[in-house]
Amino acid sequence: MTVQAVIEQEKLAQFEAKIENEIKIEPNDWMPEDYRKHLIRQISQHAHSEVIGMQPEGNWITRAPSLRSKKILLAKIQDEGGHGLYLYAAAETLGVSREQFISWLHEGKAKYASVFNYPTLNWADIGAIGWLVDGAAITNQVSLQRTSYGPYSRAMVRICKEESFHQRQGYEIMWRMMEGTKDQQRMAQDALNRWWWPSLMMFGPHDTDSPRSEKAIQWKIKRESNDRLREKFINKTIPQAELIGLKVPDPELRLNEDGTYQHGDINWDEFYAVINGNGPCNKQRLQHHIKAHQDGAWVRETAAIHQQKMNNHGKH
Amino acid sequence: MEHKEKFYLQIADNALILSHRLSEYCSNAPFLEEDLANTNVALDLIGLAESVYTELASQKGTGTADDYAYRRTEEQFFNCTMTELDYPDFAHLMVRQFFMDNFHFHFFSELVHSKDEFLSALALKSIKEVTYHLRRSSEWIIRMGDGTEEAHQRMIAAIERMWSHHEELFTPSEADLEMLNNNVAPNLSRIKELCMQKVQEIFYFAKLAVPETIPNAYQGKKGIHTEQMGHILSEMQFLPGKYPEAVW
Amino acid sequence: MESTNDQQGELYEVFIQSKPGQSFKHAGSVHAFDKNMALQNARDTYTRRNEGTGIWVVPSKEITALSLEEQAYFVEPSTDKIYRHPTFYNLPEGVKNM
Repeated sequence: MTVQAVIEQEKLAQFEAKIENEIKIEPNDWMPEDYRKHLIRQISQHAHSEVIGMQPEGNWITRAPSLRSKKILLAKIQDEGGHGLYLYAAAETLGVSREQFISWLHEGKAKYASVFNYPTLNWADIGAIGWLVDGAAITNQVSLQRTSYGPYSRAMVRICKEESFHQRQGYEIMWRMMEGTKDQQRMAQDALNRWWWPSLMMFGPHDTDSPRSEKAIQWKIKRESNDRLREKFINKTIPQAELIGLKVPDPELRLNEDGTYQHGDINWDEFYAVINGNGPCNKQRLQHHIKAHQDGAWVRETAAIHQQKMNNHGKH
Repeated sequence: MEHKEKFYLQIADNALILSHRLSEYCSNAPFLEEDLANTNVALDLIGLAESVYTELASQKGTGTADDYAYRRTEEQFFNCTMTELDYPDFAHLMVRQFFMDNFHFHFFSELVHSKDEFLSALALKSIKEVTYHLRRSSEWIIRMGDGTEEAHQRMIAAIERMWSHHEELFTPSEADLEMLNNNVAPNLSRIKELCMQKVQEIFYFAKLAVPETIPNAYQGKKGIHTEQMGHILSEMQFLPGKYPEAVW
Repeated sequence: MESTNDQQGELYEVFIQSKPGQSFKHAGSVHAFDKNMALQNARDTYTRRNEGTGIWVVPSKEITALSLEEQAYFVEPSTDKIYRHPTFYNLPEGVKNM
């Protein structure tokens, strides 16, 4: 064994000891290349999801039916942008620039949460997104606060703190609508029908079909398995639906003796179709992001050039 | 309609319609930080409009803030027409914002002295927000005016479009005059002087020319709007309009 | 850094003071094209919930940090200087205000 290999082995042992002892890994620390790659992929995917996630809700800002709901929705979407920003910053500590992350997204080399490839068709969809999509995301994010990479963990702590109102605002919209007119109730149920299954899919494939998960859990990047998190989400969400008179669109849903739920089969063909770019809004969402980015190119350029001019003049 | 109510509405409607234009830009900004900043301005403006509508409803003892936003027709809105214009690019968005921030800054700075207690308190609160807005938009004007040649050309086009609506801000309505006489409203010709000084200062740093004054051709304060206004309202008021019985 | 031709401005580190008199604490990072913009972006990103009043921004590249190798001999030696910590000392029972 070469000296180099011995040193590498020593570093790996130190790294694994830190993981074992719940000591966070920091940007300057040595880390296995696969760990770094996994983090780059997961954190940037997470960041893209927050940013692309601004679009389906943004679709209703100008049509929010009250000043209160308009303010809340706008603040919520702004939070999502902020969360994308925290996450890009966390990912940048791994040595990849935000420019690069964005170009990977535009080239189709980076993914974002598939759930945002579904359309928001009525106002209750805004409720359903807050309640279900944010609810599912929070279930995952709470668990990720304990992730082993320091910058990612700190971003998740901040995000979880800020997201606590998101799910409530969504549920409140649904509740108000279920207390309202027949039309409102119809819209609310319609939204649940369309968002229920995509929300369950957000947790990813079953553990048995999730090849990358095992390593991620061993390194404590992920702290709980897809199926475990999905179960948690279902168990807390179904009673919430029933409380306000909504019917979960799963004819095979069963209540177990221990109070947990057994859900029907998830349509994985649909899941993979959407992931592979064939959902209802994939092209639209990506195109929107590309267009905003391209339309903004001259603005970024003039800001950079102006700063150069000021530096050359030795002022500002 | 009473002059006082109309004067209140002029203030609130400017804020509401401008916030509508800003909020539709959400997720379209040149970069993420700018998206957040833009949304903050929109949120401040919605808050401003809402507090005025709420006060009006309470003074009249009937209706709600939402009734003002969602249940009036086009000719019952008294915002200046600059707030309702669409925008082909970030230069238009920001030039309009600069003119409106500038107007708001000087208007609220004077309104602090209003005899009307609600308005003077409102002005005191708004001036803090607007000071920040104006600083931000002023800096963008300079970055775009004195940056790349492309940005400079876009600024010239944006200024030309918005400038024809600039004079309307300072053209007094009957409500403005009546409220001025009652020591409630500031003097708009004074506000115009202050605004023009700031435009000259910022345009100087931005290497942009201040255009000649264009006589006002618009009457938003009389409820006569551009063709864009109807589209804004039909979008904004869609749900309460379609489901009048519903509570959201 | 891997990079493309596009630009997102420079990276700045943001420090927030939650109340007057307290230390500034690292809150996170923002991108900006100049110092003024960095301050404004920091305000719009990290003080949306009244998190603080004071803000510092520092270009990330201007921060000097210990390298991993340096950590071993820079920081660790002080851990054996326990006499710098108040709990090191034995005091007679009943002594107050110390």
